[in-house]
Amino acid sequence: MDINAILISMVSMGGLGILFSAGLSIANKKLYVEEDSRIVQIADELPGANCGGCGLPGCNSFAENVVNAKIGIDGCPVSTEDAVAEIATIMGIEAVAGEKKIARIICRGGNDETAKKADYHGIQTCTAAKLMGGGEKLCNYGCLGFGECVDACPFDAIFMTENGLPEVIKDKCTGCGKCAEACPREIIEIHPISNKLFVLCKNHDAPKIARTVCTKACIGCQICVRAVDEGAMFMDNHLAKINYDVFGKHPELPTEKCSTKGLVIIEHESQPTEQISI
Amino acid sequence: MSLLTLFISAAIVNNFVLSQFLGICPFVGVSKKVDSAISMGIAVTFVMTITAAVTFIINNFILIPFELSILQTVSFILVIASLVQLVEMFIKKMSKPLYNSLGIFLPLITTNCAIMGLALFAVQKEYSFVDGIIYAVGAGAGFTLALVIMAGIREELELAKVPKYFKGAGITMIVAGSLALAFMGFAGLI
Repeated sequence: MDINAILISMVSMGGLGILFSAGLSIANKKLYVEEDSRIVQIADELPGANCGGCGLPGCNSFAENVVNAKIGIDGCPVSTEDAVAEIATIMGIEAVAGEKKIARIICRGGNDETAKKADYHGIQTCTAAKLMGGGEKLCNYGCLGFGECVDACPFDAIFMTENGLPEVIKDKCTGCGKCAEACPREIIEIHPISNKLFVLCKNHDAPKIARTVCTKACIGCQICVRAVDEGAMFMDNHLAKINYDVFGKHPELPTEKCSTKGLVIIEHESQPTEQISI
Repeated sequence: MSLLTLFISAAIVNNFVLSQFLGICPFVGVSKKVDSAISMGIAVTFVMTITAAVTFIINNFILIPFELSILQTVSFILVIASLVQLVEMFIKKMSKPLYNSLGIFLPLITTNCAIMGLALFAVQKEYSFVDGIIYAVGAGAGFTLALVIMAGIREELELAKVPKYFKGAGITMIVAGSLALAFMGFAGLI
């Protein structure tokens, strides 16, 4: 092959490229559509990860919808409060920042609390362990302890404690919900940060079994349900649950009555530190 | 082959979507409403027609004289990509609602194999300039026809009682398959 062929192809392709790009740049000038400058400004304030947490295809589309008032300025679950405030200034409305949400680990069955039924040596992920006879812990509802949530977190906001349970770093968590999706046991829930009272257990076993599989399990004694107002808590198959709509933000707390101390207040001033961390 | 037979052949007998299975992505993606299906069809037909004209010129006046037919695919992609950009700007300027309803499928015409296929078929079959343009218009009409039929059926399906497990993608695939079967009936017409 002689050098001419290469030269000719380079020149002809390059020429075509230049021709088309010239045409397009002229068209761009002639057919330019004036867009709302706020769309670009808002898009700059957004995280720009195109995570889809708002339910729209991406951050740009979210910005467009904000400008057209089709979605609230707090519709982005990942934005920090500062960013929401900035967007509010751009839009010229007062900031009504959405309440921050945070991931909560609804299980306290770490290695010290639950007995093992077997040693698991398979693929070290929660999903694989769940498929393989439900993992190595006796509890069929609790944390499997392989940290799939840690891998799923885009913000490095979860780590595994020495006890084999995940822990959420409050300041880093944006409440995006990726960890909750990743968890095959669904023990991670996304709650508004003002929800501070939790039954930290997902075990539906009958009292006798629940007591044997984990020392921190909810044994379904119903003391808490009887202690609060009607409808504020309820039993779901041997597991106490909280009805946050009815409960209100500052309820009378029956935590000291819980026989396995699974019912806890998180981040409450008057609580001893042992109960503050999860 | 007369121009009419060429047109009917491209539009119905060798329908790009339902007989040759090219350009399936917008066929499923933009066939929810008849309105946007028609607009998408027109956009694709426009891009196809101009592509056929421009690629004919490039092929016969640049690629063949300089013996550069290896660069066919590359140069055709260049043509298609620029044209789609142009159409996108044009639609954005002329009709914002249409631009929004076509959404991501408009830039995706760039990678639509129906258009690339058309450009390559026209070269392969050694059509003349006029033949090529009629072929492109026919192919575009066939694409529009397939999209509109599909959209019409899917609009009716919204009201029909579809078994729970077939809802959504499932019934769409079944309908697409039945349509393709129906178009098999035209085989051998020309």
